[in-house]
Order: sequence, then structure tokens, then C-alpha cells
Amino acid sequence: VSATPEIPKEDGRPKWDNKFQYILSCIGFAVGLGNVWRFPYLCQIHGGGAFLIPYFIALLFEGIPLLHLELALGQCLKKGSIGAWNTISPYLGGVGVGSWVVSILVSLYYNTVLTWVMWYLINSFQEPLPWSVCPLNENRTGFNEECYESTAVNYFWYRKTLNITPDIAESGTLQWWLILCLAACWAIVYLCTIRGIETTGKAIYVTAIFPYLVLTIFLIQGLTLPGATDGLIYLFTPNLNTLKNPRVWLDAATQIFFSLSLAFGGLIAFASYNPSKNDCEKDAVTVAIVNSMTSLYASIPVFSVLGFKATTAYWDCLDRNIINVINEFDLPEESIMRQNYTSWISFLNSSYPEKIAGLKLKSCDLQEFLDQSVSGTGLAFIVFTQAIILMPGSQAWAILFFIMLFCLGLSSMFGNIEGVFTPLLELQIISKSAPKEILSGVICLISFLIALCFTLGSGSYWIDIFDRYAGSVPLLVIAFFEVIGVVYIYKIKRFSKDVESMTGRKLNLYWQITWRFISPLLLLIVFMAFVTLQMQKPPSYPAWNPKYEGFPMKEEKVYPPWVQAICVLLAALPCVCVPLVAIFQLLKKKHRSKDPSFVPPEVFSCQGANS
Amino acid sequence: YAWDANEEYLFKAMVAFAMRRYSSKSTTQISNVLLCNVTDRVSFWFVVTDSSKNVTTVPGSEVEAAIRMNRNRINSAFLLSDKTLQFLKITSTLSPPVEPSTPVWLIVFGVVLCLIVAGIVFLIVSGIQKHKKQNKESTERENLEEKVEVTLENGIPCEALDLKAGHINGVFAADDERFTSL
Repeated sequence: VSATPEIPKEDGRPKWDNKFQYILSCIGFAVGLGNVWRFPYLCQIHGGGAFLIPYFIALLFEGIPLLHLELALGQCLKKGSIGAWNTISPYLGGVGVGSWVVSILVSLYYNTVLTWVMWYLINSFQEPLPWSVCPLNENRTGFNEECYESTAVNYFWYRKTLNITPDIAESGTLQWWLILCLAACWAIVYLCTIRGIETTGKAIYVTAIFPYLVLTIFLIQGLTLPGATDGLIYLFTPNLNTLKNPRVWLDAATQIFFSLSLAFGGLIAFASYNPSKNDCEKDAVTVAIVNSMTSLYASIPVFSVLGFKATTAYWDCLDRNIINVINEFDLPEESIMRQNYTSWISFLNSSYPEKIAGLKLKSCDLQEFLDQSVSGTGLAFIVFTQAIILMPGSQAWAILFFIMLFCLGLSSMFGNIEGVFTPLLELQIISKSAPKEILSGVICLISFLIALCFTLGSGSYWIDIFDRYAGSVPLLVIAFFEVIGVVYIYKIKRFSKDVESMTGRKLNLYWQITWRFISPLLLLIVFMAFVTLQMQKPPSYPAWNPKYEGFPMKEEKVYPPWVQAICVLLAALPCVCVPLVAIFQLLKKKHRSKDPSFVPPEVFSCQGANS
Repeated sequence: YAWDANEEYLFKAMVAFAMRRYSSKSTTQISNVLLCNVTDRVSFWFVVTDSSKNVTTVPGSEVEAAIRMNRNRINSAFLLSDKTLQFLKITSTLSPPVEPSTPVWLIVFGVVLCLIVAGIVFLIVSGIQKHKKQNKESTERENLEEKVEVTLENGIPCEALDLKAGHINGVFAADDERFTSL
């Protein structure tokens, strides 16, 4: 009997080419833009090195256990998020649906952030860099007013890139250049996810490894810049007093949670393509530790560059004052240098106090410049771009930096899209004979059309809303139900046996304790604290309004009621899936229990799938 | 370079040159330009006198206009720029940055987009080809399986059987073949 050769897809699921691809995909998903622009900021405002203490405690008791849970779940059940949770218990199907909805919402706005990165990237091929000079005004006697009052980098970001409106209620028009870049970004995502993990598995080699190369280059360059050491000392000097503030612990917990991309369903999807006999415990620990190490590693060049920028700003401030003083007192050039500036000023102040007072010299304080902490898009598109202008060979640095950001974001997008794609494949929306390319194409096309809203003038305000409400609270809720579902509904004894059959080792006491008690408790506390803090202040947003008196400071505006309703909807929609599906299943069961021919489904066991 | 009397002479000459070019009368001499209050900072006041009108000073606006017209010549004479050689009350007209006819970013964008589209087309086409090959392979395999099955079922090759119109009992035919060895 000639044996029929087995096509790898005979059992319906593609597989990873090798283990390294799988690990790299998980790391790429976890390591994203937040590692570069949120973690260093948190380190800075929460007492430098001291922040690492709550961070590592949160990693140990929240991050690693939840990560292991998701990976083990996906590997055991071999299904995406919706299918997996339906298998655990039909009442918990809502958890999978919730993850799926969150993945969709996050994919929509995350790719728009990549659009901005791409826009800056393709603008980096010019000499001089477009964000380094202000455009001239109409009669060419001076610079454009909006640009002059703020800075050239601010102008390029708010006007030339976003063309931002002063208020979220004013939608403005669609920005055609952003639409082009958005189309290109979604085309790239389609190109890479066209056949699911077959194609992302190849793309991940580039997008996951390249950022580390660039970070190393920036590290070497950053350390050679003047003022880098000031920045690093400022970042890492531990201030243990900040640990008394509960806000610090909350920030550490939320940072670990969101940084590891838990509760998106993407990790479950990735793990579901694994062979059964894979050590998911080691994988989870590896991915979590690499993610945290990357955050630390990224903060070094970021803070070297920030220190360099602060030092240059300080020197500029000094120089301006020196010019003023020299002009006023008609002293010869180069008589006052930065080093003897303070002694000169004190001498002149004692001899001609009125003149000095009349000059209105700005006080230059290096600490003040270092204190100007920014996170998020402000860090990448304003602060960093300004620092890049000051470096020699700015185009090369700009190109490297933005390609790195693009790769970081793209590898996270793979995870998000996989979290949307895999459950849809399993639900068999399209017939089995139709190729996967159509499904991924439809997903990318629909997402592109919806994401056009973010290219409006008020787009970046909406992205902030999505980031704050859709990408935060629902994840905590879903993760909580994940842990409770596995531990108390699926029963941890069953799950321990499943994990044991996969890893070959008995479940450690550490996992037992964290899964049973510590992680759910921690999630509950974090959720309560997070919601309380959000409720305390009325939801407001900083608006860029050139007509504001305090311009270039941003104007704090409150969200109008209809926007607040949308915020609540975004946060509630994924969460509400959990009880809704449970109720739906309850009603179905009641309906079915009246039907005598009904056979209850078999109890699922992970070991059964191994044979 | 140090600022000395020669540089002052050059400055006077440049101002005179500017005045001549602006008003196109060639009467302004170097002696018409007067410098005063020279400081170590290298800053000074200067006036331009008009020798034809009884030693009166030329109005400031004229001097300003003349200097504005010839600013770059004056700057290059001293190897300085608008920032390093400052004329108070004369704001320089800034030159606009060079704008190429097509913005550079559009060109880069075009290149990137072409690459992406090429990649997508390649992947889709290769996917369709693989799909066709798989379909062909699977139908071939099905045919092979049928033949193998038929062969296995009866224990003897039966292709001949399929072709003949009559109803022959293959078992007997096979037995006959086996037995007949005379």
C-alpha cells in the first residue's frame, strides 16, 4: 500500500517553520512602541532606578503568570481566541469575543500611528530636514507665525503632518498625504499577513531583529553625544521616596500588562500553531524577560539623546543671554564664555544691577530642561526629531530611527491582525476552498476604510481616545475573566494536567499560587484603582490651538458629552461581550434542554488532542 | 581676522559702493562715509554725507535701502553672513528654501508603493499557482488511489478488465492463468 503523502495542512492548521519563528513573533508582538516611548518616561517621572522595583514585582506576579496562561491555553486547545474560550466553556465564549473586538479596535488606530511614522520616514530623505526650518510668511520678511511662536518641529508635527484642528468637535478635512501613507501601511500589513503565519513568520525575522540593531547603533551614538551622561544619571538615579505613592505601583502594573500585549487573543493565536509537546513555560518566561530587558535597553539611548537635547537647549539659552549681555555692555567677543558666565553675571549684577534687570535674562537651568518629560508621540515626533537635527548626518539618523519605530509597530500589528484573523478562519466565514488571501484582504480593506476617520484634522484626538479607553480597561477585564475562567471554571487541576502533558514537568508551586490567587487579586486591584483614577478627573484633552493666549502651551479642553458617550462605548463594548454571550448560551441551553434528542457535547481534554 | 583701520577702510568703500549702485550717481566718495563710536565689540555708528548738498547727511531710509539691495556683496566682502554682520533696523529678506518641482517625499513614497504592490502581486500569483498545482496533484492522487484500490481489491491486475466490454469474472481468469502451465 503506497502511503498518501501528508500535506502539512491536512489537519487544517498551518505550523511555524521552526521554534525560533514562534518565539520571535511573540517577542515582536510584545515589544512595541510602548517599550521605547512609555517605559523611559515612566522611569523618569517615578524616581528613576526606583521604578524598577515595582516593575519587576509586577512582572513576577502579573506579567509572567498571565503570559504563561495564554500561551499554554493556545497551545493546548489549538484554536484562536474565540474557539479556545468556546471550548473551555460555552459561557466563557464572550471572553474570546471580547479579545477579538479589542484586537479590531486596536488594529484600527495602531496602524494610523504607523502612518505617521511612515510619513516622517519618507520625509527624512530631504536636505535640510523639513522639520528643522520654519517656512516663511507671505511677504518673506520673517517666519510663519505659528511656527515662530512654537518651534519648527512642533509646526511640522501639528500643522504639516496632522493639520490638527483646535477642537475635537471640528473634524476638519481628510488629509490626502496621510491617506496615501495609510494606504501604504495597510498594503504593507496585507503583504505581510496575506497567508497568516506563513508570511508573517518570514517577515518577523526582519521586523523583530532590526530594531535591536538600530537601538544598538543609537546606543553607541547616544553615549558619545555631549550631555548624554547627564541624561542617564537623571534617568537612573533612584529616588526611593516615590515608592510611597500608590500611583507608581499602579503605573508599573499597567505598564507590564499592556507592554506584554496580554488579553488581545494574539498570543493565544500564535501558540495555537505550535506542536503539542512544546515547553510553553520556558517560552513564557523567555518572552517576558526579553520584553523587559528590551524596555531597559531602549531607555538608555533614549535618555542619552534626551540628555543631549537638554544640554544643547541649555547651551542655547546661555548663548542667547551672553549675546544680549555683550551687546548691552559692548564687551569684546568671546569675553564671556559658558564656563565663566555665572561669574560674569554676578560681577555685572553687582556693578550695574539696573542694566542687568532691564535685559530680562531668562534663567537657564539644566535641571529644568531635563525635567521636560514627554512620552508617546510627543517623544518620537517632537523631542527626538529635534535632537536628531542637532546630530551630524541627521538624515541617516532620522531614517534609521523611523524605520526602527516602523518595524516595532509592524511586528505588534502582526499579533493584532493574527488575533482578528485566526478566529475568523476558524469560524469559517469563507468557504474552505477559498484562499486565505481573500480573508486577509477583506480585513485589511475594511480596516483601511474605517481608519480613514483618523486622517481627519481631529484624527489624533480620536486616536488618543481609542488608546485611553479601548486599549486599557477592557484588557484588564478580559484578563481577569481569563484567569478566573481557566482556574475556577475549567478547574486548575485539569489545566495542570494539560500543561504537564505539554511541558513534561509538574506545575510549579509558583504557577499554582499566582494563577489561583495573586494574579486575579492583583488584576482586580489594578482595575479598581485604574477606573477610580480615570473617574476622578473630568476627561479632558490637550488641544493645539494657535489662537489660544497661552500658545504654544496646549489648551486643556473637556470632551463634549457625545464624545464622552463614545469613550464609554469603546470601553464597555468588549467588556459587555462577556456577560452577553454567557446569557445567550444560558438561554440556548434552556431552549435546548426542552429538546429530548439533544446530546451534550464531550468534555474536552488537552491530552486527548495529543494522540 | 582682526578689525583694524584697513577693515574700516573696506567698510567705508563698501558703503560708498552700495550708495553708488543704489542712487546711480557716482559722486559718493569714501570720504563721505563717517564712522564713529567704534568699540572693541566691533560695533559702530556710521553716516553718509552728501558732498553735493553742503555736507548734509543722506536720509537713513536711503542708506537702508542701498544696504538692503547690496547686502550679500557687503557680507561676502567681509566673509560674514546676515547673522554675524548685523545692521540694526535692517531686517534681512529671507530667501525661501529651494523647493523642487515634485516634493521629494512623493518620489520616495512612489518607490515604496511600487515595491509593496510588486510584493503583493507576486505573493498572490504564487499562491494561485500553488493552489492550481495542489488541485492537480490531488486529482492525480485520487486517480492513483482508485487504481491502487482496484488492484488491491482483487489481488490481480485488472486494467484489462476495465477495457473489455464483456463481463468476465476476473477470479476465474486469474485462476486459469495460474493453473495453466503446460
